[in-house]
Amino acid sequence: MLLEISNLAVEVEGKQVLKNVNLSIGEGETHVLLGPNGAGKSTLFMTILGFPKYKVTNGTIKFKGKDITNMPTSERVALGMGVSFQNPPAIRGITVKDLLKYESGQEEDEELNPRMKELADKLKFNENFLNRDVNLGFSGGEVKRSEILQLLAQQPDFTMFDEPDSGVDIENVELIAEELNVILDKQKKLSERKRSGLLITHLGYILNFVKADKAHILMNGEIACSGNPEEILADVRENGFTGCVNCAQCL
Amino acid sequence: MLEKMDLQDVLIVRNVYEDAERAKNKKAPLGTDITIENYTNDNISAFDVIDDLDDLAKKDQDTLLSVGVDTSQEDRAGSFVQMDQSNIFTAQLSSDVEVMNTGVALDKYPWVKDYLWNAVKSDQDKYTAEAALREKEEGEYNGYFVRSLPGTKEFFPVQACMFIADKDIMQTAHNVIIAEENSELHLITGCATGDDVSSALHVGVSEIYLKPGAKLTFTMVHNWAEQVEVRPRTGIKQADNTTFINNYILTSPVHSVQSYPTTYCEGNNSRALFQSVLSGQKNSYIDVGSRAYLYGQNSSAEVISRTVANDQSKIYARGHLIGEKPEVKGHLECNGLVLSDDASIYAVPILEANSSGLELSHEAAVGKIDEDEIYYLTSRGFTEEEAASMIVRGFLNMDITGLPPALAEYTKKMIDMSVKGM
Repeated sequence: MLLEISNLAVEVEGKQVLKNVNLSIGEGETHVLLGPNGAGKSTLFMTILGFPKYKVTNGTIKFKGKDITNMPTSERVALGMGVSFQNPPAIRGITVKDLLKYESGQEEDEELNPRMKELADKLKFNENFLNRDVNLGFSGGEVKRSEILQLLAQQPDFTMFDEPDSGVDIENVELIAEELNVILDKQKKLSERKRSGLLITHLGYILNFVKADKAHILMNGEIACSGNPEEILADVRENGFTGCVNCAQCL
Repeated sequence: MLEKMDLQDVLIVRNVYEDAERAKNKKAPLGTDITIENYTNDNISAFDVIDDLDDLAKKDQDTLLSVGVDTSQEDRAGSFVQMDQSNIFTAQLSSDVEVMNTGVALDKYPWVKDYLWNAVKSDQDKYTAEAALREKEEGEYNGYFVRSLPGTKEFFPVQACMFIADKDIMQTAHNVIIAEENSELHLITGCATGDDVSSALHVGVSEIYLKPGAKLTFTMVHNWAEQVEVRPRTGIKQADNTTFINNYILTSPVHSVQSYPTTYCEGNNSRALFQSVLSGQKNSYIDVGSRAYLYGQNSSAEVISRTVANDQSKIYARGHLIGEKPEVKGHLECNGLVLSDDASIYAVPILEANSSGLELSHEAAVGKIDEDEIYYLTSRGFTEEEAASMIVRGFLNMDITGLPPALAEYTKKMIDMSVKGM
């Protein structure tokens, strides 16, 4: 297993958000995480990333066979983890280009490499945009595309996407989905896929373009149900999260 | 009649010395009080004039470079270097500007005396008083005179450096800068101390005049030693349709700096912009403000500062806008980061509205680094320490506006360099 979460309990500022999460993601797999607002989906992401505010009170997280439960975020990233945030902060004085250079292993004073320039172009970013302070005054779509571009620079083995399609117009959802498929090795044959992902989505619209292998519903701090993404999504649409979890068909 | 009188008589008639005499013990209202007597004139060496800036010792050249003074003089309109009280180097590289020692200018142009002790008063406090009385006693005028000729637009900057080479001295300079009618002038002025100077006092009086239609940018970079006391006194007079841009960068340790450059926007449509980047290191006591009197119709001023307090430093970031006419506009913006429990920042914005129908505003935010920003960068692979230092650098590296592109890029590099060296 690439990622193995066992009996995970997490507290945020003294309040227990996750109680007992068990989740495993294999190499080359894409999973979807669904759940009502406040269920703890983002908390699970931040805990996997190792942000200090998210305190693990029980359980373990293993990544590539290593126990990373207490590892600093930067080391997890060095091991091959990446994330696209839903609402990343704006940082004055740090440009998109500064980050892209770092993420693609370039020196600060080097010219941005042609591969990144090409990818930026593909995501409809011009030179001016790359020189802007990251996320400062970006539109919803620009934020998402900038997050995806940074992931393309990083090329992580395991990527978490927090609502990659929220606030993005239809045309750009397809563009984002295309690159998301690149990040997740979807263009490769099933047996050759190495890179994995975990997606949070509210509406599931992105799943029309990015095929997931498995879906999970997070409710009350636990994975309440796991199964075929299409079936689960259809059930949630019809019966709501509670109805879906109550259905015995979950695997 | 004043035209025919000699300089000292003119200044006597204008009560400059009498005022200075009275102000000899007048403490400055802000900043720590310095005992001037602790800094003797006896130790001041007289330095020989050099033919080339490359004749300076390599380490001094590097120090000059750290404050924006390029010894190669490439892309410069002129250079001026004062070491202690000696003007060791002057170069005029453009026919659009004049660069010389203030004493030389007074000999060359009798009218220069009208610009002395006019935008800055000799009785402002004991530091200006001491500078005026020293001039009277010694009959010598140090500092630089820089003037752009009418109608010229020189895009390359004139560079000037005040360098303290001996310890325990008081360096004084009396600078006069005149941007003549419809001209554009850019100045970079760097102040620094030699390696072995532990303690000294610098008093720089700068009087700046913008004639109608002129634009002047004045970028000052300081790199002092830990025990140096610095008291710049700057006054600016702006005529109609003028633009004055003041940039101040201080990121190295100093014992104390107190300054409050003040512009008098007397002309209609005169505009002033003050931008400061301050980083307090070690025990530095920094009290820096910018003040604008908005007298002219449609005059406007903007004061922007970014401050970071490290270690045990204390920073006062002040701004004072005085609106005297309807329709004038002013804005103060002060952002600060306090990075140590032993450091402090005091943001002091003052708005004074003495007329109806004007617009003055301020915003100030002082705090810590936003942890979400640190988290974000760690999720890209930076360690927490790397993330914090990158955020601080980014915070201080503000876009300096109003400079020609090449100079703007150079200034940004300079800020980046000094911030990296923190």
